[in-house]
Amino acid sequence: MTEKNSKLNDKSFKMTIIAIFIPICLISIIPLWVIFVASFTQDKAISDYGYQLWPKIFSLEAYTYIFTTPGLIGRAYLISTIVTVTGTIVGVTLMSMLAYTIAHRNFKLSKGLGFYVFFTMLFSGGVVPYYILVTRYLHLKNTIWILILPLLINPFSVMLLRTYFRRLPQSLFEAAELDGAGEFQIFFKIALPLSKPAIATIGLFSILSYWNDMYQALLFIDDQRLYPLPYLLYRIIFEHNIIQEGAQYTGTITPYQSVRMAMAVLAIVPILSAFPFIQRFFIRGITLGGLKGE
Amino acid sequence: MVKFTNKRRWTKRKGQAVSLYLMALPGVLVITIFCYLPMPGIILAFKDYDFSRGVFGSRWIGFENFRFFFASGVAWRLIRNTVGLNFLFMVTVQTCAVIIALLLNEIYEYHLAKIYQSVLFFPHLISWVIVGYFAYAILDADRGLINSIISHFGFGKISWYSEPKYWPAILNFISLWKGLGYFSIIYLAGMVAIDPEYYEAVRIDGGRKWHEMWYVTLPFIKPLIYINVFLALGRIFYGNFDFFYNVVRNTGQILSTTDIIDTYVVRTLTVLGDFNMAAAAGLFQGVCGFILILLANWVVRKIDSESAIF
Repeated sequence: MTEKNSKLNDKSFKMTIIAIFIPICLISIIPLWVIFVASFTQDKAISDYGYQLWPKIFSLEAYTYIFTTPGLIGRAYLISTIVTVTGTIVGVTLMSMLAYTIAHRNFKLSKGLGFYVFFTMLFSGGVVPYYILVTRYLHLKNTIWILILPLLINPFSVMLLRTYFRRLPQSLFEAAELDGAGEFQIFFKIALPLSKPAIATIGLFSILSYWNDMYQALLFIDDQRLYPLPYLLYRIIFEHNIIQEGAQYTGTITPYQSVRMAMAVLAIVPILSAFPFIQRFFIRGITLGGLKGE
Repeated sequence: MVKFTNKRRWTKRKGQAVSLYLMALPGVLVITIFCYLPMPGIILAFKDYDFSRGVFGSRWIGFENFRFFFASGVAWRLIRNTVGLNFLFMVTVQTCAVIIALLLNEIYEYHLAKIYQSVLFFPHLISWVIVGYFAYAILDADRGLINSIISHFGFGKISWYSEPKYWPAILNFISLWKGLGYFSIIYLAGMVAIDPEYYEAVRIDGGRKWHEMWYVTLPFIKPLIYINVFLALGRIFYGNFDFFYNVVRNTGQILSTTDIIDTYVVRTLTVLGDFNMAAAAGLFQGVCGFILILLANWVVRKIDSESAIF
């Protein structure tokens, strides 16, 4: 009797779960769907009928326009790619070397360095001093460097790596040291190969923060040729003509409503195509206990 | 012989330390330039910034900037919006994430759970610019999805972007949409470690699913909930700039309920070029934030020293 009861209970429980999750999942996806549909809708149909769940008048004009007259859009894609690739490679290298010295047990500065990195998460000078430093003293306004350099080191990632290095079996390092290996050798031949999951995780954090960043561009980039993709996406909301200015020819009417949506879709595609990979490493990053300190 | 090895050892030690310094150097340099060099600039909050004289040459004016900032009446609105909205976001996201994680934890079909989890996690990866696009496609007065649905049912259109009263709810919804998957994964990761024997014990006692969640899973993740809550409280003075900047889009009519310290500082700096006010607001935020983070960390340390940030 009780067993039947609990089975029934389980079945109704399953239904409850489905009834809760299906709508929530739909809500998670619908906004992307709306943008996706709009990018395949005739421009005039968006103006006349608004955003729909299914294209009123199907059209490829937005994509045709983008691929035949890449102009600024192609340029922004290129800038974002350069910034993301360079920043991630250099950043991951710098962060793992730094984290290695912080994790090192026989390095007298390791504690101090840890605090030095960590303190930046607690307090910052604020936007105004930062803005003046970059524009007035470093002269990095309107250069590609300002899109790369400030995001190289993420203190959370350094701490995550530090924790990971610390958990590696200490005997390996001692053995290597006895064999006469130098620190660089130990780092490249032992610490790095053993830490692939952690490296991949912080690499993905870097990729995402570079690919999605618009803050640096908002503060420091006026030159349209240096707009990264997210910032271009932000600007074209208010300045429709930017799309046209960058195009190689003018005279045709730009389908700017649908072009904007197609650009948004094209900005999501790289992230979306790596999604299963990204998710796996995110979960790993969380379980690595990246937030934990000393 | 002994002497020789000792000496070799000594030089090797020294060599090791040198290579460690070399490894740390580039990273330390980047942090120093972009995080520490701006710090002395906080003195600007007590100065009348004059571009020709620079940070150190500008005239000291004491607390004048702060007086202006608080007397303008903007300050209280910014603090209310920043702290109030962050608090609202935190309560909503954490509550919903715990519920979702509890439910996900009860799904035994591995693939089904995985699919739900992936779909919920997807918004976390979308940049805020594109979230701004989403919001616009759904809320725009003339073309937005919601208005075309409600006008389909015979209701009047609502011009969302000029009605401040709706925005705390809208922003809260978007923050939930973006953060739900992320935090439910965090909670779910915490539930994996629960010993199945506890559940069995509940089942033997004739308990139901709800009992398992309430008496086993929830108490188990309680420390994790406290930690997430206090970490969020520690950052309550820091708004998510990208979020507000892209979703609100500086729309004048709704700033009364959506302007936060972060957006105010950047707007004042880049649009108005008012360095003094922006510096004062920024320093105020930095100091309040610093104190709160220290307090929150102290509390987290009391709950579980492993989870404290420092």
